[in-house]
Amino acid sequence: MLEARCVSVTFGSRRVLDSVSLSVGDGEIVALLGPSGSGKSTLLRVIAGLLAPDNGEVLLDGAVVTTIPTHRRNVGLVFQDEQLFPHRTVGQNVEFGLRMQKRPAGERSERVAELLELVGLSGFADRRVTDLSGGEAKRVALARTLAPRPRVVLLDEPLTGLDRELHDQLVHDLAGVLRGTNTTALLVTHDRDEARLIADRVVELADLTGTATN
Amino acid sequence: MLALAAPAIVFVALFYAWPVAALVHRAVGTDAVQTVLHDRPLRRILWFTTWQAIVSTALTIAIGLVPAWVLSRYEFRGRRAITALVTVPFVLPTVVVGAAFLALLPASLDQSVTAILAAHVFFNIAVVVRGVGGLWEQLPADLAAAARTLGAGPWRTVREITLPLLAPAIAASASVVFLFTFTSFGVVRILGGPTHPTIEVEIWQRATRFGDVGAAAVISIAQLCVLGTAVLWFARIQGRHRRALGLRPLDARRQIRGLRQRGAVVAVCAAIILTIGTPLVAMVERSTRTLAGGHTLAAWRTVFGREAAATAGRPTAAAALDPLGTLTTSLRFALVATILSVAIGGCAALAIAASGRAGRVLDTGVMLPLGTSAVTIGFGLLVAFSSAPLDWRSAPLMIPLGHALVATPFVVRSVLPTLRAISPQMRDAASTLGASPVRAWREVDLRLMVAPLLTGTGFAAAISLGEFGATTFLTRQGRATLPIAIEQLLNRPGAALHAQGYVLATVLAILTFAVIAMVEVIRNGKLRASHA
Repeated sequence: MLEARCVSVTFGSRRVLDSVSLSVGDGEIVALLGPSGSGKSTLLRVIAGLLAPDNGEVLLDGAVVTTIPTHRRNVGLVFQDEQLFPHRTVGQNVEFGLRMQKRPAGERSERVAELLELVGLSGFADRRVTDLSGGEAKRVALARTLAPRPRVVLLDEPLTGLDRELHDQLVHDLAGVLRGTNTTALLVTHDRDEARLIADRVVELADLTGTATN
Repeated sequence: MLALAAPAIVFVALFYAWPVAALVHRAVGTDAVQTVLHDRPLRRILWFTTWQAIVSTALTIAIGLVPAWVLSRYEFRGRRAITALVTVPFVLPTVVVGAAFLALLPASLDQSVTAILAAHVFFNIAVVVRGVGGLWEQLPADLAAAARTLGAGPWRTVREITLPLLAPAIAASASVVFLFTFTSFGVVRILGGPTHPTIEVEIWQRATRFGDVGAAAVISIAQLCVLGTAVLWFARIQGRHRRALGLRPLDARRQIRGLRQRGAVVAVCAAIILTIGTPLVAMVERSTRTLAGGHTLAAWRTVFGREAAATAGRPTAAAALDPLGTLTTSLRFALVATILSVAIGGCAALAIAASGRAGRVLDTGVMLPLGTSAVTIGFGLLVAFSSAPLDWRSAPLMIPLGHALVATPFVVRSVLPTLRAISPQMRDAASTLGASPVRAWREVDLRLMVAPLLTGTGFAAAISLGEFGATTFLTRQGRATLPIAIEQLLNRPGAALHAQGYVLATVLAILTFAVIAMVEVIRNGKLRASHA
């Protein structure tokens, strides 16, 4: 269970988030809609711990985590432009979070194979990430985020910038993977259809502002 | 094209290839090779040269990464000024850097390895800030963020993500710093004294002090071979390291947020200002210090005033050195060297840009002096032109020629990228608008060449003003340049002479800044004009 309570963020003199509150239940997939520049990504960064809010707090399973650094929060984030590590192979990218958790090598390679299969990229482990197509890179990014079994997965416009056909295919696959793994997820998007197809619940950022809870 | 290439070909053949050949001839013509091979002190010197270069390089990288990080990751007021400040030591002549650290360090530390290492770090930090920072500012900040969300702590992120991605730039900077410190001469002559000679200093000692030209030639050629191999090897590992990172040129600089970031940035900037400023301030201070610890402008008056004539009454070696005269000598040489290298380098760049394979050969040829230590260049010129039929050793032109040899590669490097970037269609466009081929070339290529050529001019003038290694072989009584005079004054006993040395070092530093600032101002004016 993820909760954000009255989160506010100011950049210089611009108030990007004004007392935003939101909650996502266990195993629930929530889509957060809003025009670009409305602060959706900023909210994800606050939840992930990459950005300290000026006010408000973030709770995971009822415990306040606002001051816990990103690497100890166990919150996964799929970046809009993947941010795959260019100096590592597909397999090493997926393995990264498991290595940080100090899992034994055998377990790691099993988990990597399992996830690559889940996202439909079996046999890709030794490929260089710089040689991947746009769609393949998105799948690797998803597999990398899911591998260490984060408590919550945040997705920052993960399907933006793909052509129509690939987009529709990935919407279908992404919904399947998130549901199949019973993942608690918060998806940020500006595409209403995409939101409806993937999420259990769709909320508008504008409706979350200044509310205690939703 | 051949007409454009000809000056460079003749220049490099006569003043680079021929002297190197003369050195080889001297080296193999005697039994010097045998002697050198069994020379124990030489082995010790070679060992010292190598390890001080390795330690200098490691220190420079380790220390340089800090300003590289702040200047490439954060956007803040004064960032450009601080970046410019970091570059200052690199454009300073080596003898000025040596003088600054001699002034800064307590007497117990001058003539020590510590002094040499400190000066090397100071001099080369810009290489790391520019080289590594250039790549760093292109790394998306979110790569580190991604590692953090996957459970990597701050240090782990640096080790697993940032450093491996910066590795190619770090390797490139390290190889440049290694080459500079391995061939370091000016700094070591001033700070090392006779107790810490490097290979360069040893070549100079044997050639000019002990008259052992054969042995000096052997060491010189051996060193040239080692340097050449090192350059090729560095180029190869760099090629292997270079991956397609798929980096989009983006500005990943962030606004500073939070007290900790602000504190880190302020602390690093303060450290930069102190590190760069303190040795230079110490140098100026020492030029005015009296024995009792007070301050006086006596040394400045001696250098610039009539008093020079009065004190020169004593027939000492110092009196033979006319401080103000060295200033005019330096300026005259710099003028000639700059004209030579800009003319030769400019023509060569045009020829290289216009021709394919032959251009690459010419490019390599013109670059050769850059991969050769200044000492070897000076020594080669001395050996090649000291006997008939080319007994030009005493010709006043010899020194500016040596300077031009060192400066020409910089002129070519400044101009070539611009020339290569000119699309032929621009000339075609000019032709369709009624310009004859020559006119089109003049209106397009020549116009666009002006700004980078001015940069090259600045480099050439600054290099000539500060050149020490080659000059030290060619200098003649009564024709000393500023760097030569600085080294002589600082290495002689006597506080008054030292003060004069610091005066001249200060003058040379100011002169170098003035040249570069002037050229930058003119260049910016030109750029604005061509964009208007």
